[in-house]
Amino acid sequence: MAMLSFERKYRVRGGTLIGGDLFDFWIGPFYVGFFGVTGFFFTFIGVALIFYSAALDGNWNPWTISIAPPDLKYGLGLAPLQEGGFWQIITICAIGSFSSWALREVEICRKLGMGYHVPFAFSVAIFAYVTLVVIRPFLMGAWGHGFPYGIFSHLDWVSNVGYQYLHFHYNPAHMLAVTFFFTTTLALALHGALVLSAANPGKGQAVKTPEHENAYFRDIIGYSVGTIGIHRLGLFLALSAGFWSAVCIVISGPFWTRGWPEWWTWWLNLPVWG
Amino acid sequence: MSTSRLTSLRLPALVAFGVGLLLAGCEAPPPETKQIGYRGLAMERVSNPRTVAALAEANQAPEVVPPGDRDGPRAAQAYQNVKVLGDLSETEFTRVMVAMTGWVAPGGVAGSDEGQGCSYCHNLNNMADESKYQYKTARRMLQMTRAINSTWTSHVGATGVTCYTCHRGNPIPQQTWFTGAGGPTQTANFAGWRDGQNFPGPKVGFASLPTDPFSALLEKAEQIRVTGLTALPTQQGEPLKTAERTHALMMQMSTGLGVNCTFCHNSRSFGEWADSPPQRASAYHGIRMVRDLNSNYLAPLGAIYPAAKLGPEGDAAKAICSTCHQGVSKPLNGAPMLSDYPELGAPRN
Repeated sequence: MAMLSFERKYRVRGGTLIGGDLFDFWIGPFYVGFFGVTGFFFTFIGVALIFYSAALDGNWNPWTISIAPPDLKYGLGLAPLQEGGFWQIITICAIGSFSSWALREVEICRKLGMGYHVPFAFSVAIFAYVTLVVIRPFLMGAWGHGFPYGIFSHLDWVSNVGYQYLHFHYNPAHMLAVTFFFTTTLALALHGALVLSAANPGKGQAVKTPEHENAYFRDIIGYSVGTIGIHRLGLFLALSAGFWSAVCIVISGPFWTRGWPEWWTWWLNLPVWG
Repeated sequence: MSTSRLTSLRLPALVAFGVGLLLAGCEAPPPETKQIGYRGLAMERVSNPRTVAALAEANQAPEVVPPGDRDGPRAAQAYQNVKVLGDLSETEFTRVMVAMTGWVAPGGVAGSDEGQGCSYCHNLNNMADESKYQYKTARRMLQMTRAINSTWTSHVGATGVTCYTCHRGNPIPQQTWFTGAGGPTQTANFAGWRDGQNFPGPKVGFASLPTDPFSALLEKAEQIRVTGLTALPTQQGEPLKTAERTHALMMQMSTGLGVNCTFCHNSRSFGEWADSPPQRASAYHGIRMVRDLNSNYLAPLGAIYPAAKLGPEGDAAKAICSTCHQGVSKPLNGAPMLSDYPELGAPRN
């Protein structure tokens, strides 16, 4: 496979966590490593089981294929394959493949002598998923509280879970998560627009520097967070969105069973009101 | 050195404080859950076993007064001016009067001279005297109770109701509503007109939804359904305010019964009967029953109530879901009120 002239320089040996030199190789552009092998293994088994389960259901409509978790009566035990067992094994495969992907990122970071920001960020997404299908079901006492793997069915799950708490917009962590999701897109849009505006000054003019970018924001809001700062801010906003999403669902059920508007009565009941 | 130690402790301390704050108003796991639909669709009831136990304790039916002899002279002949329960035997009639005293007026109203026990409704010198408004109210309430037990079986089934279902030992049931009494309509002057919302309404689950959806939906019979019948809009839909009013009514149903939305609805499509749990049919009839009670029995009684018993707009106290249910899906934990007090069923010929 063709390789760019400078690419070979970065294809260095070492940095592996497991397996030493055994899996320290590339297939085309892709680094493999021990976790590339486990990632492929879990992905293949998981996807094959999804197709197997869909075949047994006799439904090939991609919108309505659904791998549902077990009935609540199975608690934290194993369920028969076609009554939620598929969901349990596919969940294990999903966590295995997501974790493999994160650890493969770690190995590449080590190989290149970089920080672990990318695998850390991806781990927050994995944490949110694990919260939904492991931590919350565990706290509520049944795997059946996980969400079903289907395009339409998981939307039904989200809707019904929201309405179990009467009005989910009053969930304080949901408020934070939504705010972070909106803010992260705002920050990305501002950052993208600023960089493009500096790089596209108009025909015949010189491309502008970060000093121009800083000056622009100082002029308009009195402060510029700076070139490194905007990326720190962006990462913080994005990870906070995912983190508070996980919090907002794990407190719904395990830590609060009533309508979310009613949760705020702690504020109404503070002894400071006249 | 000590400064850096302090700084290093500051972040974990802040995090611990934040988490503590977030959980301060919360409950402890594990909750109780009951599946009510196909697996994986989150059709389930979620409850706190401690709250459920406390509610079960608070909703005990009172001890049943020993049944009376059905034979013997009728109350209509034995007593004067008996217009509703005249078809009962004399002992049955006395039994109902004794039970009613305990259900409604065992202690009268604190700080009032309206009397207590029998004298809350009766002139003790002449039990047939109609002059007290409580006497006339009680007569209408007995007609209402018999109407519920005989014509609203679509909602109360064979379980039925007695005075105690709502009154619980109080002359006026504790959970009632008045028109426009849900919350302030006017805030500070510059903030303008509040239109009865944007206030944590205790009767609508402490949401900022309209605090009085009841005048329109549980006294008048305005349309509750706001969702379209087609996936995509084909005509002008209901305005947002109407949807919020419906949501507010549903908050009362949920908190009044101690259940969540999925008790009656699959939220995939709230209006779809085929996807709804059977409890929705009972709630449908309940809404119509409450409209009947409010418009034909409770609101008209405002005309004979003293001014102190009326709401800010001069109307009588009326019923909502929580008036009977009081936080549980089956009032008084489903105690068989009608079979304990068959006197309060349909009039006998």
